[in-house]
Amino acid sequence: MKRISPAITQLIAVGCLWTFTLLTLSILLFIIAYILIQGLPWLSWEFLSQAPESMGRRGGIFPMIVGTFMVAGLAVLIAAPIGIATAVYLTEYTREGKFTFIVRFGADCLAGIPSIIYGLFGFVFFAIALGMGLSVISGALTLTLMILPTIVRTAEEAIRAVPPAYREASYGLGSTRWQMVTRVVLPLALPGICTGIVLSLGRSISETAAVMLTAGSALRMPHSLSDSTRTLALHFYILSREGLSMDKAYATASVLILLILALNLFAYWLMRQVTRRNG
Amino acid sequence: MYRSKINSALIVPVLLCFALLLTACSSQTGESVHIVGSSSVQPFVELLAESYLKNNPEENVDVQGGGSTAGLQAVRTGLANIGTSSRMLTAAESETFDSAVVALDGLAVVVNPANPLSKITSAELRDVFSGKIANWEVLGGDDRPIRPITREAGSGSRDNFASLVMEGNPISRRAITQESNGAVKELVKGDPAAIGYISLSMLSHEVKALLVDEEAPTIENIQKGHYALTRPFLFVTKGDMSPEARRFFEYVLSDEGQAILEEEGLVRKP
Amino acid sequence: MRQEKLIALILQAVALSALAGLLLITVFIFKEGLPLILRTGLKDFFFSSDWEPDAGHFGIMSMIIGSLAVTLGAMLIGGTLGLGMAIVLTQFCPPKLASFLKPTIELLAGIPSVVYGFMGVVTLVPLIRSYLGGPGLSVLAASIVLGIMVLPTVTSISIDALKAVPRTYWEGSVALGATRWQTTHMLMLKAARSGIVAAIILGMGRALGETMAVIMVAGNALEIPGSVLDPVRTLTSNIALEMGYASGEHREALFAAGVTLFAVIMIFNTIALTFARRTIRQGRGQ
Repeated sequence: MKRISPAITQLIAVGCLWTFTLLTLSILLFIIAYILIQGLPWLSWEFLSQAPESMGRRGGIFPMIVGTFMVAGLAVLIAAPIGIATAVYLTEYTREGKFTFIVRFGADCLAGIPSIIYGLFGFVFFAIALGMGLSVISGALTLTLMILPTIVRTAEEAIRAVPPAYREASYGLGSTRWQMVTRVVLPLALPGICTGIVLSLGRSISETAAVMLTAGSALRMPHSLSDSTRTLALHFYILSREGLSMDKAYATASVLILLILALNLFAYWLMRQVTRRNG
Repeated sequence: MYRSKINSALIVPVLLCFALLLTACSSQTGESVHIVGSSSVQPFVELLAESYLKNNPEENVDVQGGGSTAGLQAVRTGLANIGTSSRMLTAAESETFDSAVVALDGLAVVVNPANPLSKITSAELRDVFSGKIANWEVLGGDDRPIRPITREAGSGSRDNFASLVMEGNPISRRAITQESNGAVKELVKGDPAAIGYISLSMLSHEVKALLVDEEAPTIENIQKGHYALTRPFLFVTKGDMSPEARRFFEYVLSDEGQAILEEEGLVRKP
Repeated sequence: MRQEKLIALILQAVALSALAGLLLITVFIFKEGLPLILRTGLKDFFFSSDWEPDAGHFGIMSMIIGSLAVTLGAMLIGGTLGLGMAIVLTQFCPPKLASFLKPTIELLAGIPSVVYGFMGVVTLVPLIRSYLGGPGLSVLAASIVLGIMVLPTVTSISIDALKAVPRTYWEGSVALGATRWQTTHMLMLKAARSGIVAAIILGMGRALGETMAVIMVAGNALEIPGSVLDPVRTLTSNIALEMGYASGEHREALFAAGVTLFAVIMIFNTIALTFARRTIRQGRGQ
């Protein structure tokens, strides 16, 4: 058999790989387009601002929007300071060693735990052992643990990307380590840190299994952190699975997709700011 | 192991207790009516509460799921004013609780509209779901495998189906399991080989309901007690009800309340 | 200076919170689930497919097999596509385009899993049912949906691994007259091997742990699937399906399934992290 020339092999291989890539991109495009085409016509101000009626078959999704942002927002509010502090400690306050290894290992393992396990844990720990019940706060604390590794990882990368010269200059001017961190390093790393936070917010909004087991599925407007709530993703799941109203389900899904698109675009824009500055 | 058992037995009441305490704290006007129980009944009670509160904005009705047994537990401990159940009470339970049927629901056996079959007997149904009959040809249909669709363990519909049809035979391990009425219906709608059971209130022309033992799942047949796959929706109480709970209870049994349930596809109380 | 020490101490304590979270999760999941495994016996729990909660039978073998089947399928699809994309983005694509494509692929990771499951039910399942046969809800449907879901994980970690290979390797190979493809598959992929293995294993962890999408497209039948067109129940979907009503032993059994899942994922993570660390070391030329 004649040997195929390397140039032809390359052509075939690269052709295949590009086909894979285009296939993936078209799947992504298809999902987004499908949901938006089916859902956008049903989207209106009333839908966004009204409470649902008869289990969601009529009316809007306002309580779910509020519930989603309460759960996801609170999770980010708690996880961000912890995550950033962890990253600062790992990068600025200690040398690579056993301690950093253990902390990183813990964070990496946490990142790999499936959301259903978070759900089971949040249910027995926050909802039952700590007596928080199925509530906004149980859901938020569960999500906090879930997004913590992402925030630590991205904050660490952002802090490491700050050139050492800035630190030396700061020390040269006589500042303490803490002053150097808060006045020089963190402001410079801020866009990178925010990228991680924005992406974590997106992940919290998308999460379903963990929230279902910890925040419950009450249709009412949550009035306090101890009320049960139903997030948008869970509402979409229930609407579409119970066959209550496909129109409302698609409309809810398009709200979710638009939110995720907006958050990802924002994160992308933030990242561009960083690369532009550093590059 | 004693500890985890206690823990498990306590969990639902503890959770409910907590939820109820919180809602009790947050309500400003009068006593709230707490209703806990069957997840099959829950959506209907939510609907009733919705319209009840429209006319009586000063009242407060709080509806939670958790299952029929959890509902009874909550009534026993006084955490709920009314428990809901989608099954008859056992003899022991009837001694402790008062119960009233607020509506009847039928389980419709549904197949794809393309399926030529129009009726089935309970014995055949049992054999289909236990896996003994695996081809539609045996029942007089086309030559294609039967794909039974069941609900998840613990769901009220599955429990009712098992006790009304299966007579102790286990449901086949091959049966596809779906987690809601809507999902079962959606699957039957798309698959000519499928057979499933859904609440009468979910029935529409997209799927075909079979006659069971020559009886159609109609409101009339259920009222007369002819249709075998019928289950009651009960309101369960213990001792004297609070005035608020009584008012809601009466609303549900009133013509207006019953009309709402009927509109949702349930059958009026007999 | 004393203030500085205090700050360092506080930061150190906070840094331990991730680890504390991990420990809490481990302790609580095992505390709830382990007693039942021990009571049922390892053999009857892991090697029996008899799952009948009402009768007190808790054998999870068919779900373990189910989880492995869909994970394997997902990796065949998601691993191939993901690695392929990583190669394209690092080796055969203008950097400008790559810097646009990478966040686009990461958008795939942001789409809620319920949306993936839903899309699977409305588009993929009917296709499989009408063209390939079976109920449509199947190992195949779950594998394809999961494959797409794990793709961003595989791609982004593989990209990092390929980028960590020193540029000089590539230059040397091309200078010797190798084509770019020869360079890629003979040199770059070998040099980045550990990182790619890590990407695949982490992707497997993702697929194994995914819940909501699998419930919707896998069919959840308890029988061990005989072909890719048969329905299947995974460990995760079993937990989410039955958790709503479960109490007593049944609930413990679901936690025990959680323990199993947790243990497998932790083993995966540890292996992946070991491989990932090896790449970093290689990348630094140590």
